[in-house]
Amino acid sequence: MENYAVLGGGTMGCGVAQCLAAAGHTVAVFEPSAAAREAGPRRVRDGVRLARMLRRTDADPDEVLGRIRWTDRWDLLGSPGFVVECVPERLPLKEQVLRAADERSAPGAVLASCTSAIPIDHLARWIRDPGRMIGTHFMNPAPLKDTVEVACGPRTLPDTLRRTTELLGRLGKQAIVVGDGPGFVSNRVLMLTINEAAAVLAQGTADAATVDAVFERCFGHRMGPLRTADLIGLDTIVDTLAVLLEFTGDPRFRPTPLLAELVSDGRLGEKTGHGFHVSTRGFGVGHGGRGPTAAMPAVGGASRA
Amino acid sequence: MRNGLPADEVRGQLLEFVTSLVDAEPDPDEDYFERGLVNSLAALELVTFVEHRFGITVRAEDLDLDNFRTVNRLTGFVLVKTAG
Repeated sequence: MENYAVLGGGTMGCGVAQCLAAAGHTVAVFEPSAAAREAGPRRVRDGVRLARMLRRTDADPDEVLGRIRWTDRWDLLGSPGFVVECVPERLPLKEQVLRAADERSAPGAVLASCTSAIPIDHLARWIRDPGRMIGTHFMNPAPLKDTVEVACGPRTLPDTLRRTTELLGRLGKQAIVVGDGPGFVSNRVLMLTINEAAAVLAQGTADAATVDAVFERCFGHRMGPLRTADLIGLDTIVDTLAVLLEFTGDPRFRPTPLLAELVSDGRLGEKTGHGFHVSTRGFGVGHGGRGPTAAMPAVGGASRA
Repeated sequence: MRNGLPADEVRGQLLEFVTSLVDAEPDPDEDYFERGLVNSLAALELVTFVEHRFGITVRAEDLDLDNFRTVNRLTGFVLVKTAG
């Protein structure tokens, strides 16, 4: 059977490793931070327990954990045939881990990135065979979300896409395939929406609850843009906007002053209990219209779009 | 025969914890998940809480939302797990 490697053992890396291991695959997780390697097994265990509770898996937490190896050594990556990169959205870091993993992968290995905004063709420059690069934009929490935005660069090979969608199928997930570009479809639109929603709030057109109510009650969206931003984390929003600004040069992606101010004040959303909204742990109290257990949790704290 | 904790005490402790989760005291038979009072992450907090507070091990087969969705169901679950 093919070997799998996940680069980065943070929220997304743990979620993707859980998905792979729950589907019966053995996975090596490369994570340089000792603290993150130590926390990883507990996060995965909690993730499997939650997925089981929500009847999303029959997997046994201990069996899933038994299929995952955690390492900070590239030579222990195990010559993977499929690599999923889940490191933070910083270009030098992406370059470093993609180059290192590419060198140690099996011939013809697919390198999939979980980037939420960096164009795939930009990442493809750093691997030997750019046709093997693809984007797998998992949503958070990865084990509970059924659909993945799959982004193909101009050089992505059809075989790379086929192997990716087949793998996602084995994980019980569907792919929505889109072309390349900063933020793909999801975040190019969502980040702009959130930025504008923050501007609307700053200009006093409506307060945060009202902005969200328009989307939730008039449009029937499950969650308005400001509540979505709080769930993702306002720091992540600002970081993603920075990537979009860098790759598009479009000033619309410059964070609106209110957004930047909230982040510098440490109001990061759900994970700090305070963002555009003051959060309640129940995340829905006094906020009508949400169905049963509709809001997906931000497992392990940080979330992302 | 059960020789574990008194039901009222267990229920009281669970009610207190759930109240802290939902910021309101629920009826003991109220399904806080269905009411949308808590998100699904809270399910995991409930598991962790009963494990630590009552010294029980929630096994893979116990991980069923039905054991956790009301204070009374939780109480029943804890009493079964702590029974001698």
